[in-house]
Amino acid sequence: MKRIYALEDWCIDCKRCEVACKVFHSKSKDPVKAFLFEQPRPRNRVRVEGNRTLSIAINCRHCPAPKCVEGCISGAMTRNPETGVVTSNPEKCVGCRTCVSLCPFGAVTIEEGPRHPIAFKCDLCGEVPGVPGSPSCVAACPNRALIYVESEGN
Amino acid sequence: MFETRGPREGQVRIPSGCAIAAIMDRSGNRHDGSDILKSIALMHDRSNGLGGGFAAYGIYPEYRELYAFHIMYESREARAQTEAYLDRYFMSEKQERIPTEAVAAIKNPPDIWRYFVAPHPMRLANSGLDEAEYTMQHVFHINGKIDGAFVASSGKNMGAFKGVGYPEDIGEFYRIQDYDAWAWTAHGRFPTNTPGWWGGAHPFTLLNWSVVHNGEISSYDANRRYVEQFGYDCELQTDTEVITYLFDLLARRHGFSQEMAARIMAAPSWEDIDRMPPDQAAFETALRTVYSSALVNGPFSIIIGSDEGLLALNDRLKLRALMAAEKGPMVYMASEQAAIEIVCPDAENVRSIEGGQPFVVQLDSVAAAKARESAENCPAREKPFRHEVEVHPRRKERSHA
Amino acid sequence: MLDYVLPRYRVLRDGDLCIQCGVCERSCSNEVHHVDEELGRVTANNGACVNCQRCVVMCPTQALAITRWPQVDSGSANWTLETMQDIAKQAQTGAVLLGSMGNPKPFPVYWDHLLLNASQVTNPSIDPLREPMETRVFLGSRPEILKVNERDEKLSAPLPPQLRLDVPLMFSAMSFGSISLNAQKALAMAARELGTFFNTGEGGLHRDLEQYADCAIVQVASGRFGVDPHYLGVTGAIEIKIGQGAKPGIGGHLPGEKISAEVSRTRMIPQGTDAISPAPHHDIYSIEDLRQLVFSLKEATGYAKPVAVKVAAVHNVAAIASGMARAGADIIVVDGFRGGTGAAPRRIRDNVGIPIELALAAVDQRLRDESIRSTVSLVAAGSIRSSADIVRAIALGADAVYCASAPLIALGCHQCQDCSSGKCNWGIATQRPDLVRRLNPEIAAERVVNLVHGWTHEIKEMMGGMGINAVDSLRGNRLMLRGVGLNEKELEILGVKYAGE
Repeated sequence: MKRIYALEDWCIDCKRCEVACKVFHSKSKDPVKAFLFEQPRPRNRVRVEGNRTLSIAINCRHCPAPKCVEGCISGAMTRNPETGVVTSNPEKCVGCRTCVSLCPFGAVTIEEGPRHPIAFKCDLCGEVPGVPGSPSCVAACPNRALIYVESEGN
Repeated sequence: MFETRGPREGQVRIPSGCAIAAIMDRSGNRHDGSDILKSIALMHDRSNGLGGGFAAYGIYPEYRELYAFHIMYESREARAQTEAYLDRYFMSEKQERIPTEAVAAIKNPPDIWRYFVAPHPMRLANSGLDEAEYTMQHVFHINGKIDGAFVASSGKNMGAFKGVGYPEDIGEFYRIQDYDAWAWTAHGRFPTNTPGWWGGAHPFTLLNWSVVHNGEISSYDANRRYVEQFGYDCELQTDTEVITYLFDLLARRHGFSQEMAARIMAAPSWEDIDRMPPDQAAFETALRTVYSSALVNGPFSIIIGSDEGLLALNDRLKLRALMAAEKGPMVYMASEQAAIEIVCPDAENVRSIEGGQPFVVQLDSVAAAKARESAENCPAREKPFRHEVEVHPRRKERSHA
Repeated sequence: MLDYVLPRYRVLRDGDLCIQCGVCERSCSNEVHHVDEELGRVTANNGACVNCQRCVVMCPTQALAITRWPQVDSGSANWTLETMQDIAKQAQTGAVLLGSMGNPKPFPVYWDHLLLNASQVTNPSIDPLREPMETRVFLGSRPEILKVNERDEKLSAPLPPQLRLDVPLMFSAMSFGSISLNAQKALAMAARELGTFFNTGEGGLHRDLEQYADCAIVQVASGRFGVDPHYLGVTGAIEIKIGQGAKPGIGGHLPGEKISAEVSRTRMIPQGTDAISPAPHHDIYSIEDLRQLVFSLKEATGYAKPVAVKVAAVHNVAAIASGMARAGADIIVVDGFRGGTGAAPRRIRDNVGIPIELALAAVDQRLRDESIRSTVSLVAAGSIRSSADIVRAIALGADAVYCASAPLIALGCHQCQDCSSGKCNWGIATQRPDLVRRLNPEIAAERVVNLVHGWTHEIKEMMGGMGINAVDSLRGNRLMLRGVGLNEKELEILGVKYAGE
């Protein structure tokens, strides 16, 4: 499957990926509305860590054998067997944080949900859960520090 | 003689379309001018009455060692001045008015003379130049510096007959049926404005070269500025003139065969060169690199006459028509096939001359001699070239001023 | 002491569009922007802005624009704001004013006064989509007469070494030190892809770029940085830099803080020391000395590669160029006063040297007057801005051009002229690791290749329009040019006719 890879050599800590992610996952898809008006505030699922001299975007790797799916107690975290995309169903998530602690990449976060905190993670910008779209973080990266390429394994 | 003078070649650059034709007997037998006249006359519509002319090789066998100068004068002063100049630098064996016939269509012809001359031996020796360079230098002087005089041709055992009018009228005017030549070339001109100057008609000649040309080359100024480095003054600003000088530079001065000179002027494309075996590609690359400014670009078909024979060449893209045909020792070339068939209805091997492929017709005697010669070009280097004995940098008026 | 210097630029931020994402703050090495959480808005330190426009490009909502500082001047056409600010700056610091890039003053741009020809009726224009359209050129010296054996199709004597360029354009000298390694690498990659050459400048050849050495022209300049037999041996050609259009008569000074470990290794000088290139080469005080250096370099490299000599376009450039050809230079490079630099004294940059158009025309004509133009190659440099400029330069007489500012702009440069600060936000003119990594050479090389591909298509279109299918026939073909808005003297020097003539 195609996966997003983050290249620390070229990450420049600008966080345009975060902005793009937030906007894509907003209701309006408009940056101004998403950032200033929408409630609840949309969240970014990619996160740049580090500083100006060394930084990297942290993003879900959509592992072939995802620990998060294995550990999910409510069946919210699933891996689509055909596409390989790992997504969390907000309706089912109980916010137990098991996935957060199991993810070796720190790619899952807990954010405020409609009723209680729930798990958030990259869904490859799919319109339908489990179906990859065209990742907006990759498009927004000015320095090709995020690339979306076919990778070995499923 | 001339009341008014419109803009002339040399003052403006005048593009023109044309008809060209040539007939040659490879065996060296001579034929009068009636066939070439018929051939060029057929292509009447390709010219517009503003220029026509002929070059003929082998017409003065009795003076074959002497330079035959055909000179056109617009005034008595021009003639007096030129003859004084010739007297100074040449020894004249014979001089006479070229016989002409009144033709209704030919208006205001200049006074046309011919001189059979040899370079003045002492002045030649003092100049440090060889005979050809010396003669060329003085032809340039007459054409460039003596107002109202123009050297129509300056080769040995050859001559150019040209003027303002349709070629068939010009031929009649000069009575070219009265001359016997082993090679004839002809030109009918379609200039895009009306200079009406006899000197501007074609063939253009220099020493033994004569060039008839159809086309408008887009590399003109690149070629001009290349040859002008070497003492060729492009006074007329015509394509034919610069092509002649390029040919003279490559074939006479640099010692290339005419075919090689033509190959340089219509060099193979890089695409073709890249497909050649490495050795050949390196050879062609070197030629193109050293002679990149001698590449002639844009549409042209030319026939170059010399004491060796004829050479025809088309531009690389074959943007101008030129046909060739044979019959026994006779070779015919013309812009249109019909112009060949009218003089030789049963011509064989009728074909179109290919773009960028030199078509060489040599006298049998020349071809035999060439086969025995070394294949190395041997530049005429014993004596310096004209541009090498001048004071540098040359202070000349720039052409645009 | 109170600083009397005013800001030059002002950040215009559209409050309606600003989402306070902080991209601008993180993008600016001059620390202009600041997301003030207390105020709940983004503030700007306008005085620090150099108008590099990185923030403008990076802003996800296009909320930013940079404008001039709106201060009115004194009303005097003589004491302009800029003139007075220069005085204020010098009164503050007592220093020489520094600037970067080429001469920005409103001297005539002669390219813009030269129009191109096209064929109509009397000869056909050529469609580059249907017919081969040749842009290949070779650079090097040639004999006036080539001696060959026609029957064997062999040369009787080998041709001097030649550089093959598939496009009549090379990337001019920019040293590692003045630009980042990523920028140099991008140009190297682009040169390889395009079949042309990049120039290392006088900063040596970094070992990471040795894989591109065959596409490199290495410089031997007055500081002789990084020059050793290996450096001379691995490359395509060698260039002796006598002068540079942006600062004729002036040497170079790369301050010690820019001499990082990598720069130090590549330049072969101690880390942290100033890299000083003397104004003249101290072994070239005359033309005969140049000849010695040219031939020393040829000896050192077995006469296997061309030696170019680069000079700034100055008043007597035609005679100088002629001397260079006679001193053995295979390629003459003339750099006009709009040519860029990483740092130059501003008074020099703005007042010394002459336009490349006039210099090129004069040099080409002089070499022809002396019958040696076809034995040497001529390269024009100093602000070639478009494919049309290339066509004009070749028609005036150049074999090829050197371009640097245009490829840098392709890399992201916005001509803010602040290279000398070393804080280039585009990762080009800087050695700061956090800024250097902003220039991904892979993207940068693609952008340069795209630019040159676009230009090449345009050159082919223009040549085709003229009825020319090989760049050889464009070289020195000044009839393809006509002047507009030029006086007689300018036309004479350029060797072109007026439009309508």
